[in-house]
Amino acid sequence: MGLENTVFESLPDVLTVKLDSVINWARKSSLWPATFGLACCAIEMMNTVSARNDLSRFGAETFRASPRQADVMIVSGRVSRKMAPVLRRIYDQMPEPKWVISMGACATSGGVFDNYAIVQGVDKVVPVDIYVPGCPPRPEMLVHAITMLQEKIMKESVKDRRDTYEPESRESIVPGTLPVTEGTALERETEIEVAENQVSRPYTIPSKHERRRSS
Amino acid sequence: MHKGCSNIFHALTSCGLLQRIDMTEKLHEFVEKLRSENTAWVTKVIEGHGEVTVITSRESIVDACRSLKDKHGFDMLADLCGCDRGPEEDPRFEVNYHVFSTKHHNRLRLKVVLGEDDPHVPTVTQIWKTAEWHERETYDLVGVIFDGHPDLRRILLPSDFDGHALRKDYPLRGYEPYSLN
Repeated sequence: MGLENTVFESLPDVLTVKLDSVINWARKSSLWPATFGLACCAIEMMNTVSARNDLSRFGAETFRASPRQADVMIVSGRVSRKMAPVLRRIYDQMPEPKWVISMGACATSGGVFDNYAIVQGVDKVVPVDIYVPGCPPRPEMLVHAITMLQEKIMKESVKDRRDTYEPESRESIVPGTLPVTEGTALERETEIEVAENQVSRPYTIPSKHERRRSS
Repeated sequence: MHKGCSNIFHALTSCGLLQRIDMTEKLHEFVEKLRSENTAWVTKVIEGHGEVTVITSRESIVDACRSLKDKHGFDMLADLCGCDRGPEEDPRFEVNYHVFSTKHHNRLRLKVVLGEDDPHVPTVTQIWKTAEWHERETYDLVGVIFDGHPDLRRILLPSDFDGHALRKDYPLRGYEPYSLN
């Protein structure tokens, strides 16, 4: 009757699959968005999670206020020029793998706010995966964006996000966080270097994944 | 009094129109008190919409505010804002001080007009502490410089912003190019 009966009858005990497909399947099934509500689009984003348009049907309902625990940043609303560095910093604080959804006309292109105060498209600050049009988009559209993102995740390869072995990415530290301490020779060297010469470390180094997308 | 007139009088009183006239009379009393204290404090008086505006010079704004607060009970600075009349106007900028009394519930507006080449006005932060952020906002958006302000820097716009955004000759899209770093 249930899955237990049908699967064991039709499939063998051991399956051989691509690692990418398994990891991507796990990643896409449990997306944790960061709450980045900036304007009226955020109301629709909240509605997307609530009972009528239940986003948990697609496994993306666990909104987190901490970027350390989030996979997806849903930029919902207009990004002011003063907010842009904050947005970038929150994006930098999110651990890989991470994706960005630009929700609404303002986040995508500045919308009607073609003026000095608003960033004309959030893709000038962070790399965007999915753009959602609308002013504001209906919750169904955001649900569709999430499912589109899931399709996109399934096409990814795990190798694309492997960037921790580059020495320059080790040198970047985010202010307010402790540096990586794994005890490797490389790490000790940079620590001594910093202690002796007070080398100013860059605020952030774009990841390999990000550089590939921006090029 | 004619009976019809009396009805109108009652109607006006009941809807508060006559009371408003009384309010401006009371405000004019305050203006006269200011004028009797120092004639230089009151350059011009404007009345409209049941409000009274006193135009004063920048040399006397601090003394007039001090007198209004200490002697006449205007203990609250409800708002302090700047205004750009446009680059073609000669006294281009104005700074408006909206003072309110929590004791006798009156509102009065003081106004200082400033030329474009010398947009300086002394600060009133030593009288009302709340003026500090209001003056920062006015400096940020209009570009009026408040002499003696303890911490005059931008408050709303990014710190590396070029220009003053609410000036009439500021381009809507800002000065290009602007870096996002």
